Amino acid sequence: MPPPDKPLVTALHDGRRQAVAAADRVARSLGLTPGMPLAQAQALVPGLAVVPAEPEADARGLEELAAWCLRYAPLTAPDQPAGIWIDATGCAHLFGGKSAMPASGESTMLAAGEAAVPAAGEAAMLASGEAAMLASGEAAMLADIVARLAQGGIAAQAAIADTPGGAWAVARYGGPSFAGTAVTVVPAGDTAVALCPLPVAALRLDAATAAGLVRLGFDRIGQVLQAPRAPLALRFGQALTRRLDQALGRVSEPIEPIAPPGMVAAHVAFPEPLLTPEALSTVIARLTVLVCAELERRGQGARRLDLRFERVDRTQQAICIGTARPSRRPAHLARLLNEQLERIDPGLGIEAMRLVARLTEPLAFGQPRGDLIGGEDAGADVSVLVDRLVNRLGARKVYRAAPVESDVPERSVRRIGPLSPPARTRWPPALPRPTRLLHPPQPVEALAMLPDHPPAQFTWRRRKHRIRRADGPERIGGEWWKHDRERSAMRDYWQVEDEDGRRFWLYRSGDAVDPATGDLRWFLHGVF
Amino acid sequence: MEQILTTAARLAALKASIARIGQPARTAGTTLPFGVAAVDARLPGGGLALGALHEVGGGGADIEHGAAAALLIAGILARRPGPVLWLLERPDLFAPALDAAGLRADRVIYAEAGKPAAVLQGMEEGLRHPGLAGVAGELSGRLTLTASRRLQLAAESSGTLCFALRRSRRHDDPMLAEPTAAVTRWRVAALPSPPVLAHAPQTPGLARPRWRLDLLRCRGGEPASWIMEATDATGHLGLPADLADRPAAAPPERRRAAAG
Repeated sequence: MPPPDKPLVTALHDGRRQAVAAADRVARSLGLTPGMPLAQAQALVPGLAVVPAEPEADARGLEELAAWCLRYAPLTAPDQPAGIWIDATGCAHLFGGKSAMPASGESTMLAAGEAAVPAAGEAAMLASGEAAMLASGEAAMLADIVARLAQGGIAAQAAIADTPGGAWAVARYGGPSFAGTAVTVVPAGDTAVALCPLPVAALRLDAATAAGLVRLGFDRIGQVLQAPRAPLALRFGQALTRRLDQALGRVSEPIEPIAPPGMVAAHVAFPEPLLTPEALSTVIARLTVLVCAELERRGQGARRLDLRFERVDRTQQAICIGTARPSRRPAHLARLLNEQLERIDPGLGIEAMRLVARLTEPLAFGQPRGDLIGGEDAGADVSVLVDRLVNRLGARKVYRAAPVESDVPERSVRRIGPLSPPARTRWPPALPRPTRLLHPPQPVEALAMLPDHPPAQFTWRRRKHRIRRADGPERIGGEWWKHDRERSAMRDYWQVEDEDGRRFWLYRSGDAVDPATGDLRWFLHGVF
Repeated sequence: MEQILTTAARLAALKASIARIGQPARTAGTTLPFGVAAVDARLPGGGLALGALHEVGGGGADIEHGAAAALLIAGILARRPGPVLWLLERPDLFAPALDAAGLRADRVIYAEAGKPAAVLQGMEEGLRHPGLAGVAGELSGRLTLTASRRLQLAAESSGTLCFALRRSRRHDDPMLAEPTAAVTRWRVAALPSPPVLAHAPQTPGLARPRWRLDLLRCRGGEPASWIMEATDATGHLGLPADLADRPAAAPPERRRAAAG
């Protein structure tokens, strides 16, 4: 295998001659394209590295990669030859985003791709996510996918959109913000906008249709969207309009998710489709007991659980939960799952349910299994409460505060996980610190004698506060090791009390002697 | 005379049975005293009832930030063992200040709920979880009778101390005067503090902050108000030294039945 900066192609005999099956990024930048005769490629690029293509091995590798992607979402599937779908609905909150409750479970997928040549591969990953999720969690998730694949030598592009088709197009042909990044998040509802500037090939059309469209002058998807449908359907067949509808979410596009081997899972199929949440809850209770029994046998506890629902119309929906500590308490897990149940739209009914422990960790045997509500052993374990809050509010919204050794007030606190070990340091106890820290600091008008007197009065939100007493200044210098422009920055903090007895934390930027330290403006930074 | 005695005895028996109906049986040690005799004497049970919902709000302009109210709550929770759940609508609480009131940062789990409804939900979740020292929720919205009753019942079931920190953008929000199922309702307002040195009032510096603490409503007790020194590093309030020897602000007002 040549170094990554040397061109590499794979070759396959297409019946008549050796042809290029796949080309890596360097090779493509030199003008080599798949389908080109190998002799021509070798003539164009002397010293070209050629390895024989192994389509079956590639397909197997892609399936393994799709199984690996289960760490991100409960529904993944390989998209041969070079993509992976990941249905990321309701999963980004575990990566720090906020999960909102979606009104309906629209079709959602994400696809990821890997090249035909595993080591030299280009991979495109696409995702389509739930409409109501915050982009931060999605972007964090995609960035994590791409970074981890890059460690494995796979160049991947990832995108998340409302529909699988949209994600496919944006991942391979770039979204509106596709400035060299491998990660694109198409905001919910913006799929059509993101698709318009892309070439028609992004619609997953066969080569003849794409070429035909280009011949007719349709270069961009936007032009196709504006054209009347009937003549297009007449000329190119239903495939074109179906792809358009799939990309825009007008018709659903189920993916056939892979079932990873070796994971603890339980499956129940029903003779009659289930519709009511009560019935689904009953099944959840049964499935969690089954999974927990198997987890106990293996000495494991679940950290991530996926519950897949197979609907009558052959589509799948899923919910996933995470726990802060490995757990195999059926009541706890069932409760977490039940809280997410409102995400599921049963449609015409649920035919089967499958609970998979996607991520497990060793857990000592003999954990007391108590009833969650009012159970005597659940008392000391805050992780149960944390799990519920995290699954409802999102991982970043539940935290503890820990001291940071920084004099700059807004940097003196960092968030740590709610179950992290206790911090070893404390904030210096003698310094006055306000109960509410305003962010950002509010500019105020203040009257003060320079350089070292407290303000005599200040005006905040058009209200004048006359200052009776004050304490200060506490001088805080910029952290020059963090930002160059903080080299000489300085703040003088005063704790002041107004006529009503309310106490405020004011600072003046600059030491009032050297203009380089600040521009002498006053700010209100906190309320005591 | 005998007639009066029997009436009084009957009244006492009735009061006792009403108390039994109104709240679950409290055994000794189910209150947390403030450690200030003047305050504890006015509270039924000699302190703040555990396993109950208490409302705390700021006074005057501080109703928006509830800075003093947060410190009061932190000081009370600092004196109970166990972890604390603190629900926020937005993250403007500054943890070092709570630490300075004795509530170590290691003990507090913050949850940013965003909306008042989510705060209420999170509070109830915390109250149903046994083993917490207390749950504090910052609410900028309405606290209805139903919602507060849910919290009160949840607090009773686990014995967890529960605080609703009421905030509002309006200084005299009528919403805050609406009845709730809370056991007590407190208002904490800043008062001008005395000079650092009484004999040299011009000395610069700030003395310990001074609060006016109003008990606006109290189930089984009467409203009262005190002038107090703010929460110290161990979570205790103090009686101002220059006021300590005087009787509490005013003799308790007689409350008429109709004014309840």
